[in-house]
Amino acid sequence: MKIAVPIKFVPDLVEELNIDSSGAALDTSWLRLIINEFDDHAIEQAILLKERGGAEVTIICAEGDGVDDILFNAAAKGADQLVKLMGSDAAMMNSHATARVLADFFKEIQPDLILTGVQAHNDLDGSVGALLAEYLGMPYVGYVAGVTAASGSVIARKEYPGGIIGEMEVKLPAVLGIQAAEQPPRYVAYSKINQVSKTVKIEERAISDLDSSGGATVGRMFKPEPAQRAEIIEGSPEEVADRMVGIFKELGVM
Amino acid sequence: MEITLSPLSPSISKTFYSSLHELKDGERIRKCLQCGTCSGVCPFGYYMKYPPGKIIGTLRAGVFDLVTKTDSIWMCVSCSACSAFCPTQIPITQALMTRVKEEMILAGSVPAELQTAFKNSQQYGNPLGESPRKRADWATGIQPEVNILGKTKQPVDVLWFVGDYASYHPRMIPVTKSFAKILNVLGIKFGILGPEESSDGDSQRLAGERGIFEMLAKKNGQAFKKYQFREIITTDPHAYNALKNEYPALGISYPVRHFTEFLFERLDQIKPLLKKEVKTKIAYHDPCYLGRVNGIYDAPREILKSIPGVELVEMAHQFSNSLCCGGGGGGMWLDGFQWERAHVRLSEWRVKEALECGADLLAVACPYEPPRFEDATKTVPNANQLKVREIAELLAESMDL
Repeated sequence: MKIAVPIKFVPDLVEELNIDSSGAALDTSWLRLIINEFDDHAIEQAILLKERGGAEVTIICAEGDGVDDILFNAAAKGADQLVKLMGSDAAMMNSHATARVLADFFKEIQPDLILTGVQAHNDLDGSVGALLAEYLGMPYVGYVAGVTAASGSVIARKEYPGGIIGEMEVKLPAVLGIQAAEQPPRYVAYSKINQVSKTVKIEERAISDLDSSGGATVGRMFKPEPAQRAEIIEGSPEEVADRMVGIFKELGVM
Repeated sequence: MEITLSPLSPSISKTFYSSLHELKDGERIRKCLQCGTCSGVCPFGYYMKYPPGKIIGTLRAGVFDLVTKTDSIWMCVSCSACSAFCPTQIPITQALMTRVKEEMILAGSVPAELQTAFKNSQQYGNPLGESPRKRADWATGIQPEVNILGKTKQPVDVLWFVGDYASYHPRMIPVTKSFAKILNVLGIKFGILGPEESSDGDSQRLAGERGIFEMLAKKNGQAFKKYQFREIITTDPHAYNALKNEYPALGISYPVRHFTEFLFERLDQIKPLLKKEVKTKIAYHDPCYLGRVNGIYDAPREILKSIPGVELVEMAHQFSNSLCCGGGGGGMWLDGFQWERAHVRLSEWRVKEALECGADLLAVACPYEPPRFEDATKTVPNANQLKVREIAELLAESMDL
């Protein structure tokens, strides 16, 4: 089975996020990027499938800071091919553009199963997995938390509210949006990643026309603003507590 | 590094055993008498199915697989008590235990709590997962301003290697500020690396992640090279140990001292500044990597004795027989894991010892300890009156800074 895992990078919330001067995007000068957590789970799920029944796993990511490290990390876990998409303009790469670029690539390499993270915390433009399935004419199941290979199909386990789990058989080729792998993404010793980085090659693929049409346009990006009726109480813990007691008394609840 | 362990390989014992002999003083493992001293002195030896002596036994018998199927090794806090008391001077912590952890990690068997610390160290250069850019944020408000070398590019006499917990941990930040104020009062021309400083990597190394240790050491080495200074001082015994004993083998060699040695040398200058009486009975806890591993016992005690009003008392475990706080060798990041198994924390044991010797304050000299011991005073019965203070904090208090 050929499994493809397209992954993407998202802003790391360890750093504070700022809005740039346009007022419609994040200031990228101080931005630190990390792998989208759901994509990390998609990698783990692909490796688990490989370990259980054999598979050839390809990881695909658009170029950027730290991307090589994450690709090598995936190779140290067991991924077979690493592909980096070159010439991707971050401002243009919404989910629609990403899905179109990936669809072209997948038409060429013809994977049996595509695993993507079901969502990303910076998404403003829907899920890549569903768009990709549409462009490729494949079935899509999202919010998957476990995959078992069958002959010519996979059994996807999907979680529903209220603790209900559904299992459905999906004919291959198919796209699955992974919410969680069956186990947390594994740890690989740094020395192993180092070793892999010296022997494994990353294939670079140029992308030319980016078509981001159909996506959402950001009009304004801003930090949460306190509503008119909200009062921010400032001061020492004692002062804040005194003021709160005062407010509760005014409201007659105390 | 060559991977010598795979779960079903029949030859692992042999390959792994001979790889140990290649380490520094590793040949001594052949001389093991199987006396069991290491297992007896180990603070978690009673829990481990395979304490150090038995591990050597399995290696000799060719059944080392048995060890890798248990969680024994993750109870090791790298306190080096086993090495200190071994009659044939086998480097048990340094060679045996650390290498077993390395093999476990290469085989992919790592407790989840520990993975987080490793991932953070890889990604952010500190095990706490804090922003590397905020590493010098603790210095805000200190006057005269703390010299961040990347900004000022000024040559200094002393490069202060601050370390992870001293830079980020909310309990440690006041301690770190205290030490900065002390250096200012003493007129020391010092600087810090700030955002260019990475974790010293010593605890990651002792927890078995040598790859990360080397990566972090190289980063620090590159940062050191950029600036002019005469010596490095550090408030972190693990950073001290790494800089003194481990970095030179990687070609990173600078004179380094722990802050207590540095201050002890200036005791004549410090004494007249200690004006405020700190009337208290103090028990001093020897950090493993300051005392037992690096032989510094007197400097911290002499400093404490110079504070007016202080009476120094000793706990049952002292000097080379000191009891680990439980934070070493990855213990800092295995708190839940070890608690689930042993249902005891070494920090709690230590707090009980402090109470038993009549101390009303436990003085420490390692940034792992104030949060660990303070937490323990909240869980040990009748310990809530016991104060935990770092030496720099006590000095600053007496200097009224």
